[in-house]
Amino acid sequence: MNKTVRKRDNKGIMLRLGRYVLNQWHLFIPAVIFTLLSNQLSLLGPRYSGAAIDAIEAQQGVNFPVVWENVIKMIVCYALSAILSYVLAVIMIHLSQKITYKMRKELFEKLNTLPVGYFDTHPTGDIISHLSYDIDTINSTLSHDLVQVMTSVYTVVGSLIFMWQISKPMILIFVFTVPVSVFFTRYRSKKVRPLFRKRSKKYGELNGYAEEMLSGARTIEAYGRQDVISDRFNDRNESAMNAYYDAEYNAAMLFPTINLINNVSIALVAIFGGILYMYSQSGEILAGSAFFISLGGVAQFVQYSRKFAGPINEFSNILHEFQSAFSAAERVFRILDEAPEPLDLPDAKELKDVDGNAELDNITFGYTPEKTILKNVSASAPKGKTVAIVGPTGAGKTTIINLLMRFYDPQSGEIRIDSIPSLKIKRSDLRLAFTMVLQDTWLFHGTIYDNIVYGRENASMDEVKAAAEAARIDGYIESLPDGYNTVLSDDGVNISKGQRQLITIARAFLSDAPMLILDEATSNVDSRTEIKIQDAMNDLMKGRTCFVIAHRLSTIQNADTILVVRDGEITEQGNHDELIKLGGFYSTLYNSQFS
Amino acid sequence: MKRILSYLKPFRLRMTVGFFIKVTGTMAELILPYILTHILENVIIQQNVSKIVFYGIIMVLFSIVACLGNIIANRMAARVTTNFSKAMRKDLFTKTLYLSSADTDAFTIPSLESRITTDTYNVHNFIGMMQRMGVRAPILLIGGISLTLIMDSALALVMIATLPVIFITVYSISRKGVPLYTKVQKSVDNMVRVAREDVQGIRVIKALSKNEHENRRYYKVNSELSKQEKHAGTVMGIVNPIMTLLMNLGIAAVVAVAAVRVSKGLSSPATVIAFMQYFTLISMAMMSLSRMFVTYTKCAASANRIAEVLDTPDKFTITEDTRKDENIHICFDNVSFSYFGKKQNLQNISLSLKKGERLGIIGATGSGKSTFIKLLLRFYEPESGEIRINGRNITSYSREELSSMFGVALQNDFICADTIEENIRFGRDILEEDIIRAAKTAQAHDFITATENGYAHMLSSKGTNISGGQRQRILISRAIASNPEILILDDSSSALDYKTDANLRRALDENMAESTVITVAQRVSSVKNCDHILVLEDGKVIGQGKHEWLLENCAEYREISESQMGGAFVE
Repeated sequence: MNKTVRKRDNKGIMLRLGRYVLNQWHLFIPAVIFTLLSNQLSLLGPRYSGAAIDAIEAQQGVNFPVVWENVIKMIVCYALSAILSYVLAVIMIHLSQKITYKMRKELFEKLNTLPVGYFDTHPTGDIISHLSYDIDTINSTLSHDLVQVMTSVYTVVGSLIFMWQISKPMILIFVFTVPVSVFFTRYRSKKVRPLFRKRSKKYGELNGYAEEMLSGARTIEAYGRQDVISDRFNDRNESAMNAYYDAEYNAAMLFPTINLINNVSIALVAIFGGILYMYSQSGEILAGSAFFISLGGVAQFVQYSRKFAGPINEFSNILHEFQSAFSAAERVFRILDEAPEPLDLPDAKELKDVDGNAELDNITFGYTPEKTILKNVSASAPKGKTVAIVGPTGAGKTTIINLLMRFYDPQSGEIRIDSIPSLKIKRSDLRLAFTMVLQDTWLFHGTIYDNIVYGRENASMDEVKAAAEAARIDGYIESLPDGYNTVLSDDGVNISKGQRQLITIARAFLSDAPMLILDEATSNVDSRTEIKIQDAMNDLMKGRTCFVIAHRLSTIQNADTILVVRDGEITEQGNHDELIKLGGFYSTLYNSQFS
Repeated sequence: MKRILSYLKPFRLRMTVGFFIKVTGTMAELILPYILTHILENVIIQQNVSKIVFYGIIMVLFSIVACLGNIIANRMAARVTTNFSKAMRKDLFTKTLYLSSADTDAFTIPSLESRITTDTYNVHNFIGMMQRMGVRAPILLIGGISLTLIMDSALALVMIATLPVIFITVYSISRKGVPLYTKVQKSVDNMVRVAREDVQGIRVIKALSKNEHENRRYYKVNSELSKQEKHAGTVMGIVNPIMTLLMNLGIAAVVAVAAVRVSKGLSSPATVIAFMQYFTLISMAMMSLSRMFVTYTKCAASANRIAEVLDTPDKFTITEDTRKDENIHICFDNVSFSYFGKKQNLQNISLSLKKGERLGIIGATGSGKSTFIKLLLRFYEPESGEIRINGRNITSYSREELSSMFGVALQNDFICADTIEENIRFGRDILEEDIIRAAKTAQAHDFITATENGYAHMLSSKGTNISGGQRQRILISRAIASNPEILILDDSSSALDYKTDANLRRALDENMAESTVITVAQRVSSVKNCDHILVLEDGKVIGQGKHEWLLENCAEYREISESQMGGAFVE
């Protein structure tokens, strides 16, 4: 059962790869034509050389005019064939680059449509390994081996035709040897395929581990754990390399064995060709008979059978490459087939002129079905009001944000924006209705200006500057030698965590979304700066519906509604005074600061 | 390239044995056309069928030897390649971990990552290919040429004349290729960088619906990569046709010269036929060689990038210092530092801590708090002044000595995909009971035991499956688990609620009384009980003393403190 499924998968992969190739038909068709021509020419070569040799061994002495004629023909053929094959090589590079470019593009675009959950559960390095190692493997197969295969097919057919013309009976030899090769190749590759699949997988794991550990390099250094981590890396290295060796070890048999079969068939050609020539010489086989053969004929036949055998040889070699390419393609296709964020419902509404009334109605959610994080949570955030979420760490505060943004969808219950169920709103509209500042700041490689203007692309320089001023980061930026054009490098040292966060706050200032999410938005900013930007933050919050997770009591105190989340449930709800009066968790928390 | 090839040294014996096996196999294959000629030239004339069959069988036998030789040699080669790559990649990775912070910044992490992955892969490919084909091709070439020389040296020389032309062409093209493939790899770095940023920032990207923008950013690096690959491929693609053409012109010349020689009775038609045979072999060998050249160029570019990392000098030099100071545990003596040599990130910092004392550092974002820690850990070297521990300059401690003194919890620190226990242990020799004790002190024990599998609970990479506060407490547990001499908490309790933070401080005072503790914080409440508090601004000390003293004498400190009084932190 399992086996048949896998087999079908392989066919599917081949068809799919084939589709990529055929999509580039305007390159592929010329490639095929050039392959045919260039091979036709190089197949003609031995024919002319055979004719020249026959002229050399002619009974009445060397027939020079015929020799010269054929030599010139040879030169012309080979020169043309060389030109054609270079043109072909260039076409193939373009073809394979078109395809890999497209694949990478599709893969990347696909990544952007995947739900956030995918990234929460897959190591970054492994994801990137698809874009680099796997697609690279496919690329080298396409650029080198596709032509080889085409050439091979053509050469095999062409050689066969020429051999047929020279001596029909001797073709019979290949009727026996070729099926043996084919059978053997198929048998071996079936065995080797899972090994190559494993190899790709192990490489991915290795890359994932490398990426993860490199991101923690400073911590590893602080604890002096370089050697331990290095050993662990090496365990993965070891198993990746063992997977490589296993695949290689088993594949190593293929090429020499096919070669053996071919050499045996040439030996047979020699034997039978020799015997036939002998009888042709002695006159027992008459000229004109199907069995008649000249010495030049034997020579040509041998040459063609080598040409014939070469591609079959090469093919078994290439098969090996194809194995790696197939398992790489399989990994790539697996991501392409990964379920994206579900499409917007067909009747999904565009969200225009949002007022910013948000409601959570009886929400239940867990990241895995077994473990519920939020249980029957209901709350509402009317337009322009501030809702603060309070609770012990791990109680599910950030999860509420994840649901509001539809990074995840609840298992039951409904979130409504302006009374429209959020499932029925276009996802991009919904998200753009929010501005978000998170604890984990994210900046990309680019100038500070680029990073701020990311919040609203059509913002002017003045607006960007105003936003930076509001976030109290303008002074720092201006103090840099390149000002707003300073290029931020990832994990770079030129900017502190707090400054990074201020830049993301500036980014938020540019946005005109009616709702605001602040998830520990100032956690890395020192409290003096925080107070300095407080006015600006108040401006930012003014008129917007705000969801705030914060540890500053003053922010929470002034909220219109405070939600106390404990163990996935809202245990208290109300404004500051009400909750203090209630004398529950919030009041204990509030009073603890004075003890 | 040489640097990388030195990794093959340990496998010399194996490679030599493999080489001889391969030579035997190849020789056996090479002899085949010779026997064939013999059949055509001498045996057929004898009109003896059984003799023809006899030589045919000999051909088959040689074929078998060739086949077995190749299989064994290829397998040995696979083993060598495997071990070679393993060793090289291990060294590269280890070296990467040992790179100084400044060097890591200069290489950038995405580039280091692609060096560990794609570059080693390119080199690996070539080493494998070199052994599989690099033996076969030259032997076919040399063997083929010598046999033709024996058969008819004049004809052979005609063919040999083409070889220098071929080699010069190929050599000059591949010299051009190396810089082209270096550019390709650089584009790979950029491509990886954008992809990495995208994956890391997926929440923000989705929130701002920036998919299109990100896609466009990616198209740019992707098409640049494509362009570079096309460029390199177009240049290198000429190798094969030129090689084939020159070889084939050689054949034409041989036929022409043969005609003359046969007419003069200097050569026989059968010899010419055999010649054609060898020619096919030789030209196949040339094809393999040309393919190897292309792979070599790619490999050389990658090998240089790997060597660049491996050859980065270790800046962690150890100086001699025999001074000793029983009294002062940590001493900053007029330390100044700058990341880029422009702005001073720390300026004239002096301070002394006795064993078991508490130091608090407070200051605005970008004031140099974390830089202070980085210097103490010797991630960067001070520009002037010196840092001493127990009276000795920290540059006199070995890596092991230094790191074993510290327990460090940094801002947004590193959590790896492993169990909670292992994240606390972090590869050190620490008993389970110490881990639990540390977790209890760090106020982490309760939530850990509340998870499904307790200490065996799996964390995801970067700890995305636990909350920020839980993450911080695991990091603190890690820092104190080894009972370090010096404990550094760099803004590592910011996500804890007021009560937990207070409990943590109390537990640290009780259980870590022996350790010298340095706390970097934004909350005055986190540092106010410290023996020394350092107030930093723009890399300068603007206040140094105890809480009460600073409240009176340091305006900035007072401002920070007051700002936090009315709104102490809760969560």
